[in-house]
Amino acid sequence: MMDLSMQPGTFLFEAWQARWSLLNGLGVTMLSSLWSIVIATVCGTLMGVALAYGWWWLRLPARLYVDVMRGIPVLVLILFTYYGLALFGIDVSAFWAGIIALSAFATAHVAENLRGAVQSVPAGQMEAAKAIGLTFPKRLWYVILPQAFRRMLPPWVNTGLEIVKGTTLLSVIGVVELLLASQQIMARNYMIIDFYLLATVMYLIINFALAQLGGLLERRFSYLRY
Amino acid sequence: MIDYHFDWSVIARNWDSLLGALLLGLELAVISLAIGCVIGLAAAYARLSGRRWLAAPVWAYVEFIRCTPLLLLIFFIYFGLPEFDITFLDKTQSFVLTLSLYAGAYMSEVFRAGLASIPKQYVEAAKAIGMRPWQRQRYVVLPVMFRITLPSISNNLISLFKDTSLAAAIAVPELTFVARRINADTFRVMEVWLTVSAMYLVATYLIATLLRLLERRYATIR
Amino acid sequence: MTDTPLLRARGVRKSFGQVEVLKGIDLTVRQGQVVALIGASGSGKTTFLRCVNLLEEHDGGEILLDGEPVGYRGEGAARRRLSEARVSAQRARIGMVFQQFNLFPHLTAEENVMLGLTKVLGKDRAEARETAGHWLNRVGLAERRGHYPYQLSGGQQQRVAIARAVAMQPRLLLFDEVTSALDPELVAEVLGVMQSLAESGMTMLLVSHEMLFVRDVANHVVFMDQGKVAQAGPPREVFGRPESERLKNFLGRMHGIFGHFEE
Repeated sequence: MMDLSMQPGTFLFEAWQARWSLLNGLGVTMLSSLWSIVIATVCGTLMGVALAYGWWWLRLPARLYVDVMRGIPVLVLILFTYYGLALFGIDVSAFWAGIIALSAFATAHVAENLRGAVQSVPAGQMEAAKAIGLTFPKRLWYVILPQAFRRMLPPWVNTGLEIVKGTTLLSVIGVVELLLASQQIMARNYMIIDFYLLATVMYLIINFALAQLGGLLERRFSYLRY
Repeated sequence: MIDYHFDWSVIARNWDSLLGALLLGLELAVISLAIGCVIGLAAAYARLSGRRWLAAPVWAYVEFIRCTPLLLLIFFIYFGLPEFDITFLDKTQSFVLTLSLYAGAYMSEVFRAGLASIPKQYVEAAKAIGMRPWQRQRYVVLPVMFRITLPSISNNLISLFKDTSLAAAIAVPELTFVARRINADTFRVMEVWLTVSAMYLVATYLIATLLRLLERRYATIR
Repeated sequence: MTDTPLLRARGVRKSFGQVEVLKGIDLTVRQGQVVALIGASGSGKTTFLRCVNLLEEHDGGEILLDGEPVGYRGEGAARRRLSEARVSAQRARIGMVFQQFNLFPHLTAEENVMLGLTKVLGKDRAEARETAGHWLNRVGLAERRGHYPYQLSGGQQQRVAIARAVAMQPRLLLFDEVTSALDPELVAEVLGVMQSLAESGMTMLLVSHEMLFVRDVANHVVFMDQGKVAQAGPPREVFGRPESERLKNFLGRMHGIFGHFEE
């Protein structure tokens, strides 16, 4: 199965030795990305609707949240969450502290994208939905949100891409995701270039696929221009 | 929840180093943006040149940067270059190099869109009065494009400024690094991170406001 | 025709900021009647129509549908807006067709018609599909049921929009300049559908600039001018004996219709 000429010290040998660490790191990267995207999508959608249609006492804090989140570096959010939660005796692992921070950050982006998408749906759609007697929740659910979601898919995929890249920051608080896993391997075998390259290629594959998906969705739903 | 007593004296004691660190971050962002603009402009012209051998590598560069985590690039360049016996860059210079390459990719997309959106009449009018190709670019296309892309340039500057926080990972003493150090020394977690968050917020808000003013000044083209 | 009017408006007022757009409109629509609102743009026709369907909230007066106040309870200081659920239920009894069609772009023609049937009237999908099929057939688009709005011409979109409104079996159907956004060659197909609906006994209140259509199809014409009803009556009377200079001018501008009635 393996190349017999493979000696200790060659890249292939070291990579094979480290395969479980690498795969484990990749798994942590994928899992933390997935959790963050799911949480951010749910919370961001609710907040986006609040931004677009909420009463002022709902809209104002949502606006403030979005603007604050967009003005602070993600790394600071991650460090603040990590040290802050521990300080208040909330016992969460670095993994979950990181996911909370990443989700909090991405929620702001999803919310702002959804608000923009909702407000780009022409007013006539809401009126036509009113005219056939749909109540507000149904107007939102059956008429406005389906159109808004299709419009915000490309930026949503882009947010997903940013999250995948953002999970590397979890290495700073000790989460052994793909980047930190690679660095731990380098600390053993000193093959810096090889293993940074390997990690880069893995990120490239994930993110390039995501970017292509974004482009595909954009073309798929281009008919929703009015 | 524990009983937490705020003690802001730790901020007062470290205020000078915090402020200095903030300014260093700003400086890094501005320098990287400037270099990034040069790279981006060259890349945008290459993309639009219509020559495949020029456009294809630039496309690969842009996609590579967009799909690779910045932190990975920072480490790669900082720890990777010495492997090639390139050792004259200190950690700050290495970081600026990385952030410039990063900014260059994003700026090339901004400039490409900007160049593509310039109305044809402007170029034709410039031809009509006998301007040579480089003159058309220098006196017509670039000034117009600069005004069109100014809002995007502003957004990129703000992003880059926030990205300077990653320099902490290779011990460049910017704001996040200094904050972590104070945090580790004093354990005044809330004071440190609230202050640092507020400093980033105020700084991004100020940059945004200043650039908005600049945009208004140059907003002669619709 | 029965004696209780289907729709009765009394002293309806509406302002946008400082501008008073409706200055006390009185209007009655009886069962089976086709009432046309005509007048220059800015005379308040469309605003009145939108008040009937609660897309705008009128500031004063009242609008009664089958004797029941639309949108509000009580009068004067005690006037209170009805709950969202009640307002929606009232809207379901009034159909509306818009100038810009406003079809839902993410749904097919059939799904556009079905949405109200299933989500407002609570019909099951099979029944809703059958009803939708029936009405799409009535507007001559049975074979386009699976098309999305962007695959249809303006005239076809507007006919789907009519099917969507009429499938709800409303007591009253409102038409807001439904042919104004269409290319001239597509106007006839939409007017044809409207005429056939009128002949089948549908009660309709319409705003239109198609004077020939109004003359032939409406049984009651209301000329609105500067937020008031300036003249109302059968088309023969309004077109034939305009009482004011402003109506004469208005009709004169509507290409030669005026001359047609001068016998």
